[in-house]
Amino acid sequence: MFEVIFLQFLNGLDKGAAYALIALGLTLVFGTLGVVNFAHGALFMLGAFCAVTVRMFLTMETVTVDPTQLSPWGAPLEIREPLVQAWLGDFGAVLVNYSVPFSILITIPIMLLVGIGLERGIIKHFYKRPHAEQILVTFGLAIVAQEVIKSIFGPNPIPQPMPTDLRGAADIGAWLGMQANVITYPIWRLVYFLFAGVVIGAVFAFLQFTTFGMVVRAGMADRETVGLLGINIDRRFTIMFGLAAVVAGVAGVMYTPLLPPNYHIGMDFLVLSFVVVVVGGMGSLPGAVAAGFLLGILQSFASMNQVKAIFPGIDQIIIYLVAVVILLVRPRGLLGRRGVMEA
Amino acid sequence: MNPALMSRNDLFLLLGFTLVVLAMPIWLAPFGAGYPDLLQRFMIYGIFAVGFNILFGLTGYLSFGHAAFFGVGSYTAVWSLKLLTLDAIPALFFAVIISGLFALVIGFLCLRRSGIYFSILTLAFAQMSYNLAYSVLTPITNGETGLQLTLSDPRVIDAAVGHTFVGQPIPTLLGTPIGGYAGFYFCAGFLIITFFIAQRIAGSPFGMMLKAIKSNQTRMQFTGFNTRPYALSAFVISGMYAGLAGALLAVTDPLAGAERMQWTASGEVVLMTILGGVGTLVGPVIGAWIIKYFENILSALNDNILARFFDFLPDGVDTFFVKVIGKFVGDGWHLTLGLVFVIIVIFLPGGIMEGVRRVAAMFDRSGGKTSTRTQAAE
Amino acid sequence: MTLLKRGLTRRRVMQTGMAGIIGAGVAPIMFTRGAWAQEDFCNNPTGDTVTIGLNLPLTGAYAEEGADEQKAYELAIAHLNGEGDGGLLNVLAPSALKGNGILGKKVGYVSSDSQTKSDVARAGATRMIERDGAIMITGGSSSGEAIAVQGLCQEKGIIFMAGLTHSNDTTGKDKRRYGFRHFFNAYQSGIALGPVLGQEYGADRRAYHLTADYTWGWTQEESIKAATEALGWETVAAVRTPLGSTDYSQYLTPILNSGADVLILNHYGLDMVNSLPQAVQFGLRDRQANGKQFQIVTPLVSELMAKGAGEAMQGVFGTSNWHWNLQDPGSIAFTKSFGAAYGSPPSQAAHTAYVQMLLYADAVERAGTFYPPEVIKALEGHEFDGMGNGKTLYRAEDHQCMKSVLVVQGNEAPTSEFDVLNVVQEVDRETTTYDPSIFGGELGPAEPAPLC
Repeated sequence: MFEVIFLQFLNGLDKGAAYALIALGLTLVFGTLGVVNFAHGALFMLGAFCAVTVRMFLTMETVTVDPTQLSPWGAPLEIREPLVQAWLGDFGAVLVNYSVPFSILITIPIMLLVGIGLERGIIKHFYKRPHAEQILVTFGLAIVAQEVIKSIFGPNPIPQPMPTDLRGAADIGAWLGMQANVITYPIWRLVYFLFAGVVIGAVFAFLQFTTFGMVVRAGMADRETVGLLGINIDRRFTIMFGLAAVVAGVAGVMYTPLLPPNYHIGMDFLVLSFVVVVVGGMGSLPGAVAAGFLLGILQSFASMNQVKAIFPGIDQIIIYLVAVVILLVRPRGLLGRRGVMEA
Repeated sequence: MNPALMSRNDLFLLLGFTLVVLAMPIWLAPFGAGYPDLLQRFMIYGIFAVGFNILFGLTGYLSFGHAAFFGVGSYTAVWSLKLLTLDAIPALFFAVIISGLFALVIGFLCLRRSGIYFSILTLAFAQMSYNLAYSVLTPITNGETGLQLTLSDPRVIDAAVGHTFVGQPIPTLLGTPIGGYAGFYFCAGFLIITFFIAQRIAGSPFGMMLKAIKSNQTRMQFTGFNTRPYALSAFVISGMYAGLAGALLAVTDPLAGAERMQWTASGEVVLMTILGGVGTLVGPVIGAWIIKYFENILSALNDNILARFFDFLPDGVDTFFVKVIGKFVGDGWHLTLGLVFVIIVIFLPGGIMEGVRRVAAMFDRSGGKTSTRTQAAE
Repeated sequence: MTLLKRGLTRRRVMQTGMAGIIGAGVAPIMFTRGAWAQEDFCNNPTGDTVTIGLNLPLTGAYAEEGADEQKAYELAIAHLNGEGDGGLLNVLAPSALKGNGILGKKVGYVSSDSQTKSDVARAGATRMIERDGAIMITGGSSSGEAIAVQGLCQEKGIIFMAGLTHSNDTTGKDKRRYGFRHFFNAYQSGIALGPVLGQEYGADRRAYHLTADYTWGWTQEESIKAATEALGWETVAAVRTPLGSTDYSQYLTPILNSGADVLILNHYGLDMVNSLPQAVQFGLRDRQANGKQFQIVTPLVSELMAKGAGEAMQGVFGTSNWHWNLQDPGSIAFTKSFGAAYGSPPSQAAHTAYVQMLLYADAVERAGTFYPPEVIKALEGHEFDGMGNGKTLYRAEDHQCMKSVLVVQGNEAPTSEFDVLNVVQEVDRETTTYDPSIFGGELGPAEPAPLC
């Protein structure tokens, strides 16, 4: 029984890290810009498709048709030659193998541009408009983004293989000195967990230890006063939106080996990330992280057969149930500041 | 109609609306939309949007969970058809009552918060209902497959009075099957009645109170006024509207599936209302019609049909047009919808009705009476 | 077209109006209906074309199957109209098809994206019947859809030729007079797969089921449970997962130390494309449990899913309705014809779609009319051959095709991206035939209701 609970806890941590990472960007935008961004899921999706695109380029092939030979289904036989390996040799093969982590490098500038463009182009006109209209315009943008992706890449998910070295499961139990082969966990999920930890840590450090971050934090607390001090807070907030887009994007990239991305992947996470943010407290970064882990662990435990035997179907609703209870009992969320969006 | 009860403008609006609705099979036929199923949907989603507007348009509470009431209405109606009788009246009656009760409970809890928290609360409740309907409550909802009528249903009242039928069980109204155009006029009657009720609500002191909640709730509370009962009443009324719409959908097409409770379905009614014009009476209905028209007509255009349409163009040019336009119709119709929606929210926050007003104002220099112009509820 | 529709409309309005008149008014209508029954039925094609409604999931969990089905339908319609190489028209035996459309009318089609959702599928089918005048509805890639649309078609008096649907309920408890299924079902999967599993994995196994939570999943779980328990296996647990789930990790972790040594995935489409690789990532196939190698079984599998699941599929057993690598003349002809048109071999979904289209056309030709009750009579109890599954019978009792079923295994050494499954065994029709009464249900009448 111990192993079962331990594994479920581990799974909860892993899920929680993913939830926290996805919710982080959302709460960053809300905390700084006061904008409720329903397009956040779409940014996650765009990041995932950056990885898809990078891999498509890396696995480009020259196709030569051999009309003399026929495949078993009657079409002329195609001979395919991978291009990147032909050009770059072994390094090319490594690049293809590690295409997912490699695409992070390319995703960061792209998502930064997307984020800044979105903020300058559309979101900034909505700062003064009601939350309902912010929700609506970003929701509309999300629909457009996912339909564009659908018309380019089609409706079906596109699998992204993980690097061969990181496939399979690691025997965590053995590392901790327990019996071998009892507690095993997929390596890539552990990688994702560590990755989420690093990104979350970096965002916190950035806000905590840089002057830029200090100004932004000051702006979050009192925008007007900071503006009166002659600091151009708007430009910094634009960059924060870009940063949030980057965080969402890289979260999407690293998630692709776990879940083949399709155009709808963002919408699937959107509702969830909102729930995480409100449970943690709107605009509270530590709150979002804490809530992510809390919900991940609760969901994991709720899926245990022993729990479901007592509360059938609890695994389906636990997240929403927690959100409802928190919102009714403590509307500012776990770690939200008093007065922020409290009503 | 007693003129003291209704202003001339309201009366004209109601009459005009009634005419437009009842004549739909005629004037929609050239647009390829004059077939009963779509016309029924126009009516049903019109009711849904009118009801949603009573909450969102008047009080400003943005609910992302109205599909739950719609779904509850559908399930109740199908169960009534299965257990009691194939007649539609009890089905609609029970659906409205049950969805109203459901709305009362959910509204009581959700209205303790406002703004985005209210939206998230309704969303959470709706998702819970959807997930439960989808899996756990399968004995009641039949899960993903959806609840259908079968030959072996008990139908105790029908059995008691000795009603029998041949073939697949079909809902009836006092013995007449509700399908095709009969179903359309049946739903149209309900749309006109509910439209009338919404009109009365908007013009009543109760409606004024709701609008006051929208403009400034805090001030209302400072004056010692408890706004919650008013907001709750609006919530329950709009929940009952949603339940009625759901029940009508189940009566005209006896299947209740869980998908109609998903949050995207709730999002759809929000889109309808915004697209048409929040807070106006006619706007949400028009929004509902436009979205349902898009969904049914644009989504059915495949490359084949486009190719036939662009056949007159020279080769190469026509394939280009088919390729480009093909992205926006067929299963890409959501893209068109998303674009239209974004443009509306950015440039025309009052929706189509605001556009109509602006255009009307441009032409209407004399400031005279234009009976087609609608009375904004705001 | 418009004129025709208007005529229908007027009549329909009159019918509905008159049906309200009680007593004396009713009887004459009944008589007249009987008199013109042969011409006056829903969407009787009067012009020189006949319209078929294709209801396909182009988005959602089963989108890939839907897209493949669409190709197959387009191919079948081209062949029926005498275009292309004729495909299976040449091998169907007996055949009444002439390659000049159906009853001399050119076949056209309208389509609708069902989004893998029952509600949407039904709305799309209604549109195609009411607006586009479809004489027959076909397609669908989920049993939920099939059952919902089949109910509607019974109500409208329109024949429904089901596409890919594997639930026992489609021709069991929810069967309809107007619904026909060529595809096999979960019960037949159990019959076919059981002996192979027993032979490969022994009689002393402990199975853990993960099941997609809807009609197909339930019936497959039940059938496979029955088949494996008959071998002497024990069922440790059967856990339901919502259709369309993406992350299965929280359902997979409890398996690790549950004492199970076989995982049975009652998933299909995207569900399985997600769950199977995730199960492999969790190291399930590298594990030893109860002193045996841990195994995964996917009772229903298609080439498209095997392709999507990639390496994870290798060595895994399942069943299929058909495979493009079969060597009978029908399969060879279809694979050639499909491959030439689209550059890839057809999937089992494409095959069943194509065959259904042909069988409908053939039945209409044999009946000599589109009048549905006559077409139903022509299909019921019809026996044919040459379609790749051996001699096949459209059983009259439940409208289920009785034919051979394939046991397949994920290919360990694929030579191309399409060569992902190996046929292990072809289980013949005698073995997979079962008593139709075990699932209950009622077909209902063939006479169409006075509604369209």
